Amino acid sequence: MNSRRTIAVAMSGGVDSSMAAALLVEQGEQVFGLMLRLWDAHPDRPNRCCSPRDMANARMVAAQLEIPFYVLDVREPFRQAVVEPFIAGYLEGITPNPCMACNRQIRWGHLLRHALQLGATHLATGHYARIEGSDSQPRLYRSRDRMKDQSYVLSVLRQADLSLSRFPLGELTKDQVREAATQLRLPVADRPDSQDLCFLGGADYREFLKDSGGASWGPGPIVDQAGTPLGTHQGLPAYTIGQRKGIGVSAPVPFYVVAKDKERNALVVGPRAALARSSFRVDRLQWVAGEPPELGTSLSVQVRYRSSAVPVRLQLNGTTASAEVELEQPVLQITPGQAAVFYSGEECLGGGVIIQ
Amino acid sequence: MRRKPIYLDYAATTPLDPRARTCMLPFFDEAYGNPASVHSWGQQAEAALEQSRARIAANLGCGTDEIVFTSGGSESDNLALRGAAFAARQGRSANHILISPVEHPAVLETGRQLQQLHGFELEYLPVDHYGRVEPGDLAERLRPDTAVVSVIYGNNEIGSVNPISELGVLCRQQGIPFHTDALQAVAQLELRVDELPVDLLSIGAHKFYGPKGVGALYVRRATPMIPIQTGGSHERGWRAGTSNVPLIVGMSEALEVVAERRRTDIQDFGKLRDRIVDSVLGSVPGALLTGHPTERLPNHASFVFEGVDSNQLLAALDLAGYACSSASACKTGEPEPSEVLLAIGLDPRLATSSLRVTVGRQTTSVEVEAFLTSLPEAVSRLRAIEPAFP
Repeated sequence: MNSRRTIAVAMSGGVDSSMAAALLVEQGEQVFGLMLRLWDAHPDRPNRCCSPRDMANARMVAAQLEIPFYVLDVREPFRQAVVEPFIAGYLEGITPNPCMACNRQIRWGHLLRHALQLGATHLATGHYARIEGSDSQPRLYRSRDRMKDQSYVLSVLRQADLSLSRFPLGELTKDQVREAATQLRLPVADRPDSQDLCFLGGADYREFLKDSGGASWGPGPIVDQAGTPLGTHQGLPAYTIGQRKGIGVSAPVPFYVVAKDKERNALVVGPRAALARSSFRVDRLQWVAGEPPELGTSLSVQVRYRSSAVPVRLQLNGTTASAEVELEQPVLQITPGQAAVFYSGEECLGGGVIIQ
Repeated sequence: MRRKPIYLDYAATTPLDPRARTCMLPFFDEAYGNPASVHSWGQQAEAALEQSRARIAANLGCGTDEIVFTSGGSESDNLALRGAAFAARQGRSANHILISPVEHPAVLETGRQLQQLHGFELEYLPVDHYGRVEPGDLAERLRPDTAVVSVIYGNNEIGSVNPISELGVLCRQQGIPFHTDALQAVAQLELRVDELPVDLLSIGAHKFYGPKGVGALYVRRATPMIPIQTGGSHERGWRAGTSNVPLIVGMSEALEVVAERRRTDIQDFGKLRDRIVDSVLGSVPGALLTGHPTERLPNHASFVFEGVDSNQLLAALDLAGYACSSASACKTGEPEPSEVLLAIGLDPRLATSSLRVTVGRQTTSVEVEAFLTSLPEAVSRLRAIEPAFP
C-alpha cells in the first residue's frame, strides 16, 4: 500500500454510517466500506442491522459514493463474544450490555484487524463521539449532540484502538446528519433510528432469552425488602433493576425491582426510594484515556447508556482493575452488569462493569 | 482508485467484442421487427436470426435445425437436462440421471430438482482429484434406463477438461443422450459437434466475448426432447418466446471472431496461464494448484492457499486493483466451502481458501507480472495477523 492513508468505514446500511462514509469521501479521503454480518435472522423477525435489506442498502450507498464495499462474516465470533455472554449474564441475574462487548471484541477486534489486513490505516464508524489530541495520545470526548452521544459505549476501547479510529459525525447533530443525507440523496436518509439490540430482531429480550433456552428460568417468589411474599414472578431473567411495569403486584405505592436474589430465586421489590444507592463497586476497569485519572480530578460517572452523569469520588484499589465508587448524591438504577463510565467534563476517561 | 484496475476474471464474463457490438446495434432500433411477423420488418429480422443460426451451426459443425437459442448457459443446461429427462421417461420409461459432482450449479440444481420434485434417480459419477470423470466409471454406471448423462467440458472452478470424446462414445454405444456444459470451453478449445460424440451441448455468449443474456443449446437430430418453456412455436417449438434478435446476432459474430482467433488466443492464454501457475506455486508458501496441471482450460489458473479466507483475499486483491474470483466467496461474506473443491477431496478448511485467476484477450504480460508481485504480498499480509495459519 502507498503512504496515503486509507480509511475503512464500518457500514450498516443505516443513515449514520452511510453519512460517515459520505463525509470522508467528501473530504477527499481514500475510503472503502466494510459491513459486518453478525447474526442470522429468525425467519419471522429480520434482525435489525445486517439483514439482506440492510446489506443491499449499504451496497447501494457504497455504489453511489463510488467506494469499494465488502462484507465480513463474523457470525460465529459474534455469537461467542456477544450473544452467549448476554444470555449467560441474564441467567446469572445481571443485565449485560452487549453493544459494549461487540464494540470491544467485534468492531475494534475482528473488524479492525480485518480492515488493517486489507491495507486500511484507520477505521471509521458512524458513532456520535469525538476524538481530540494526536494519534499518539488521542482523547475521547462526548459528541456535540448530547442527545445522541455514544461515548458511553465507546469507553471500552483501548487507546491503541482510538488512535486508529475516526468518528466523522462527532461534531454534528442527528438533524444535520439526516439533512446532509437527504441533500446527497442517499437512499437511507429517512430510515428510522435503531432502538433495540440488533440481534433481537424487534422481539422483546425476554422472548429472545426464552427462545435461547435458559436452564434457570423458573418462577419464584416476589418479596419485599423484609422478605414478605407478595406474589410469584415468571423467572428472574425477565426483570431488570429499576423496572416498575409488569411486576404484577398491586400496591398503593408503585413497586420497583430492587434486587434479584439468585440463591432464593426471589425477586425483591420496594418503593422507588429503595433503589437509591450512593456507592457501588466496579470491576474490569479500563481507561480509554490511556491511564487512570489522577487523584483530585473532579469526575462524574454515568451508570447507564441514557442516564446523565453525576459527580463521583473514585477509590482505586491500587493497580487492580476494581474500584469503590462513592456518589455525592444517591442515584437510582445502579444495575450489576451495566457499565459505569467516568468522565472529566466532556472527556470520556474509561469505565468498568458494575458488580454490586 | 489509484490506477486502472486489472481484470483477471474472464471465466466470470468477458468484455463484448467490438465487432459483435457493431453488428448488434441496428437490430435494437432500426431493424427491430419481430421475426415471427409476416411483414417486411418481420422478414428482415427473421433473415438476421436465421443467418446467425447458420453461422453458429457452421462454426459448431452442425445443421441449423440443431441450434436452439436460449437466454444463456443456465437455460441451455436446464433445457438439456429437463428436456432429455422427461422425454426419456415418456419414451422409454427411463428414470436414472447420471451427472458429475463438479457440474455448474445450473446442472447440479436442475438434477436435484428432477430428483426431489419429479422422482428421478440422481446418481453422481465419481471424479478424480482433478475433478475429471474416468470413462471406466461411466461405463460401469450406464444403465438401459439411464435417461441422460451430463458432464462438464471445461470446469469453471478448477479448469480441468474432461475426456468428453471417450465419455460420449460410451453413451452413444448405449443410445443414452449425453449432454456437456461447454460454456468455458467455447472460446478456447477446438469444439465441433461433427467430431465430438455429444447429443446436447450448452453455450453462453458472454463467456466468449458476446453479449450477456443469450446462449444456445445444440440438440443432435433425433435426440428425444420435450420443450420446457411452452408457448408459441418459436425455435421450431423448442423454446417459446420472441427471439432476442440483437443479442443472437451479437453472439453469432462473437463466435465468428472466436473461430478466427482461437488458435492464437489458445497459445497466448496458455503462456500467461503457465506463467501464473509457475510463479504462484513458487512464490506463495502453502499454495496448491486445483484441477489438472495440463489437461485444463488454457486461460484458467486456480489455487487454494492454506490459512487464507477467500473472501478476504478477494477484497484485498480488489483494493490492490485486481479483479479475481473464488467459488467459495460470495457477496454476503459467508465462508462456504466450494462444493466442487469438496468433491475433489479437499479438506473443508482448504475449500474456503480458493482463488481463480482467468486471463483473456485484453490481458497483457505486464498486468500478469504486476499481479504476480501483489498476490504474495496480499496473502502474507492476510496471514500475518491471522492466527489460523500454523
